[in-house]
Amino acid sequence: MLEAILLTIITAATPLVIAALGELVTERAGVLNLGVEGMMIMGAVCAFACSYLTGVPLLGVLAGIAGGAIFSLLFGFLTLTLVTNQVATGLALTILGLGLSGQIGESFVGIPGVKLQPIIIPFLSELPFVGRLLFAQDITFYLSIALVVCVGWFLFKSRTGLKMRAIGDNHGSAHALGINVIRTRYLAVMFGGACAGLAGAQLSLVYTPQWVENMAAGRGWIALALVVFASWRPWRVLAGGYIFGAVGILQLHAQAFGIGVPSQFLSMLPYAVTIVVLIVISHNRRTTLINTPACLGKPFVPDR
Amino acid sequence: MKKLIIALAATAAALGSFTSGVQAQEKTKVCFVYVGTKTDGGWTQAHDIGRQELQKAFADKIETPYLESVPEGPDAERAIERMARSGCALIYTTSFGFMDATVKVAAKFPKVKFEHATGYKASENLATYNSRFYEGRYILGQIAAKMSKKGVAGYIASFPIPEVVMGINAFELGAKSVNPEFKLKVVWANTWFDPGKEADAAKALIDQGVDILTQHTDTTAPMQVAAERGIYAFGQASDMIAAGPKTQLTAIVDTWGAYYIKRTKALLDGTWKSEQVFDGLKDGILTMAPYTNMPDDVKAMAEETEAKIKSGELHPFTGPIKKQDGTEWLKAGVKADDGALLGMNFYVEGVDDKLPK
Repeated sequence: MLEAILLTIITAATPLVIAALGELVTERAGVLNLGVEGMMIMGAVCAFACSYLTGVPLLGVLAGIAGGAIFSLLFGFLTLTLVTNQVATGLALTILGLGLSGQIGESFVGIPGVKLQPIIIPFLSELPFVGRLLFAQDITFYLSIALVVCVGWFLFKSRTGLKMRAIGDNHGSAHALGINVIRTRYLAVMFGGACAGLAGAQLSLVYTPQWVENMAAGRGWIALALVVFASWRPWRVLAGGYIFGAVGILQLHAQAFGIGVPSQFLSMLPYAVTIVVLIVISHNRRTTLINTPACLGKPFVPDR
Repeated sequence: MKKLIIALAATAAALGSFTSGVQAQEKTKVCFVYVGTKTDGGWTQAHDIGRQELQKAFADKIETPYLESVPEGPDAERAIERMARSGCALIYTTSFGFMDATVKVAAKFPKVKFEHATGYKASENLATYNSRFYEGRYILGQIAAKMSKKGVAGYIASFPIPEVVMGINAFELGAKSVNPEFKLKVVWANTWFDPGKEADAAKALIDQGVDILTQHTDTTAPMQVAAERGIYAFGQASDMIAAGPKTQLTAIVDTWGAYYIKRTKALLDGTWKSEQVFDGLKDGILTMAPYTNMPDDVKAMAEETEAKIKSGELHPFTGPIKKQDGTEWLKAGVKADDGALLGMNFYVEGVDDKLPK
């Protein structure tokens, strides 16, 4: 029973963690991309289409990543090259993604998809309890954990990561030091898009292996909130994603169990918990400010 | 692009009729406002199939524009008003949550006709239409009680409105007519449309020991989970057999087409009147998908019940029925009237859940 609940929580939390990590990197470079929902849904439709047409779900995962990354390039071109407003462009990207994915996916509606099979790691998966939970999952779960570790190392232990954070905090100075602000930001935006696409692939290949329009159903927005919730720290994204996933699943179990709490209250719980944790985290204003990229959302035009 | 083609086609048609000397008549607009996408595989798709049948029936007389994914709430009012301003003669608003918005816009546009699905507020130019889904759900309950080994079914519900509560009760009453000890676990997803959440709710119910699933939400995700876990399930609003060829026992299929055609014909003839329609299995507004994956005796029972409901011999809400707390609701032999059904806000005995208020 507990194992079943934990498995469900892992499935629910994985897309949130992946998409939030991508957005975290984008925002650390100083770019606010509100188009996560749109990139996610594009990833979902590309992944489903490719996996259905080729019959190989793993190719679907790659297609999801590529779809999200390519779609994010549009955002990059508009905000970085043409210096449009990032908030408006991000919102437009979400709306465009929802419409475009519906158009692309029209012929895939109602077709049962192929589920991405788990990769069972020998020996480790036979460990009692944790074996089935952690070592018999599909590739998106392993990638989500690997991404947390890698992004954490990249941002805070590598030289390139330091440069990227410098761009996010003060793009003028970084530019003066000879760092290529625009190129780095393009890469960060694409990384965010790729992650959102991967999260979308998880939705249409693992979570519910099918394509229905608008199937992200707001998970992109939750991922965006998670980045702030995590105060731009990768490990906190992991924790936040799992807290959010856990509360969402446990409320369903509480209902099925017959606990007499109004379901509207239970549905509200994940959001309420998010707000409470945000209050606790932001209670020390100084540490919050240290983590927030100072140039977040500000346009940059290199003076020549 | 599509619009351009339509515009070109319309121009061509107009020119054609001009040369033949007949004045081109402007098409009447019959408009639809949907809560989901037209390809959700469930509720909205059923309405859209009805719309397509309607368009086909009056191909040269009407056009049928529609708006998808209109959220319930203040946005709905804007969307409906936009439709009314665009010259629609008849507007179908196809979700319970559009009720108050439709009432408001109908008051503002007295010359436009409105029909609201599953609501209860009507006026001079606002009709309501509803389907007796509970008749189908009663049959589902009976099948569930026969097919379940554990005697517990799981019900994925959307919002605690009378329509949904009525469905839960009908299911439980059907099940109890076969197995008086049958229990029903209910999970409220608080959404009509979220595949992920519906799947999570399905998993939660299965993990808590139910071996039959039924849903009152719009996507095929629960059916898919049931298929994966090897239990049986029922489809909702559309035939969901594709999502679970070995899982679906049957489905309640909404077949709105005939109704839309009948009402639009009345509009074109000038005989449209505001009515409160509440049709069921016998009127064909609701049909049962083929009974599959079950033994012949269960199928025979389901078919017999369906026939009895159609003939009027059986009304699912016939006393004696007790409320969840054990107090008497209907005396033996008494049938619930439509008012009581449409305002239902309590569970019958045997539902293992506390109704959210």
